[in-house]
Amino acid sequence: MLPVEMTVNGERRRGAVDARRTLADYLREECALTGTHLGCEHGVCGACTVLLDGEAVRACLMFAVQADGAAVTTIEGLGGPDGALSPVQDAFREEHGLQCGFCTPGFVVSVTALLQENPKPSETEIREALSGNLCRCTGYQGIIGAVKRAADAR
Amino acid sequence: MKPAPFEYHAPETIDEVTGLLAEHGDEAKVLAGGQSLVPMLALRLTRFEHLVDVNRVAALAGFARENGTLVVRACTRQRVMERDPAIAAAVPLLARATPLIGHFQIRNRGTVGGSLAHADPASEYPAVAVALGAELELASPGGARRRLAADDFFVGTWTTAAEPDELLVAARFPVWPARSGFAIEEVARRHGDFALAGVACAITDGRAGIALFGVGSTPVRVRAAEEAWLAGAPAAEVAESAVRDLDPPADVHASGSTRTRIARHLVERAVTRAQEGQRVAG
Repeated sequence: MLPVEMTVNGERRRGAVDARRTLADYLREECALTGTHLGCEHGVCGACTVLLDGEAVRACLMFAVQADGAAVTTIEGLGGPDGALSPVQDAFREEHGLQCGFCTPGFVVSVTALLQENPKPSETEIREALSGNLCRCTGYQGIIGAVKRAADAR
Repeated sequence: MKPAPFEYHAPETIDEVTGLLAEHGDEAKVLAGGQSLVPMLALRLTRFEHLVDVNRVAALAGFARENGTLVVRACTRQRVMERDPAIAAAVPLLARATPLIGHFQIRNRGTVGGSLAHADPASEYPAVAVALGAELELASPGGARRRLAADDFFVGTWTTAAEPDELLVAARFPVWPARSGFAIEEVARRHGDFALAGVACAITDGRAGIALFGVGSTPVRVRAAEEAWLAGAPAAEVAESAVRDLDPPADVHASGSTRTRIARHLVERAVTRAQEGQRVAG
């Protein structure tokens, strides 16, 4: 077991992990943050997307030990402390940007990262940024609408 | 936990990395961005007793301009290639190729050296390196360095000329003259997928580079087409020449002849675009 220490949603976390434990498994099983979903577990579906030092990454494609010293933000860390929705979460609700909800955490984290870097994305930029997340309900139109709404709300 | 167990190493210097590679030989694998390696481990397509994580080696991060060369250290994230205006200014083809790689979440982790060393024949950076005449710098245990032309580095699918105890430390891209044109074109089933076929090309006074990808076991440099292009042949002729000797693999995604046809169209389009770019630059 290897020692690992990171900041998760602003909270210091110290633990010991097997080298082969992915960051996604660590967040879900050690930190009990099950909002980070695991779909394909090999980098295709995007459901496990989290922010690593502010950048959107696949939590299934890195080992927890590699996040030693990093700041991780999961879907649980995006809303307000009182449970208030973030602007992106709110826009997803308003635009019916989720159906079953399985892919939603990954989409919301990816869109949060997109809008931080590019607050007024074009339709093409939105579609390109969303291409790394899969929605099996195929609710993409609502999701695109949510990104536009969140961008307009800023 | 899906990958098989391994021992994890997180060295901080290049010498420590090559030392570990020398010590563990075939049982060790370098872990850079992990965007190809970790899926392969998760699916148990491969397994290693030792993973040598190079993400904490400071000497492998960042890039620098050395006179006429852009030196990109191996563990520099692909996202830097996409975002930093200094990259687009020095090696425009590198900046233009990057958005074609996976998705932005992948490029945030994926590294330039990782993509080159992984040597997937359908990936973009190897073709860019070959088209531009880049050199790849390898470090051996004990600190020795050698440079290989990109042409000589890629020897087969997922196979390079690097020895098991050598580490790719940097890619050295020549900065082409101001009056140059560049283009990269590819066709993939979905955005971010590996290309069915693609081409990277560059032209300036007295020099041209054309490298195809996704159509062989390595990037395919097509010298006859480069010469025809330099001699002023029309784009369609250059394209015809580029695919004349191709024998692309067939798989579930496309037959060999489909890949050839796609490649021909892409070369024609890319060559035309690069020429336009050169005209504007001049």
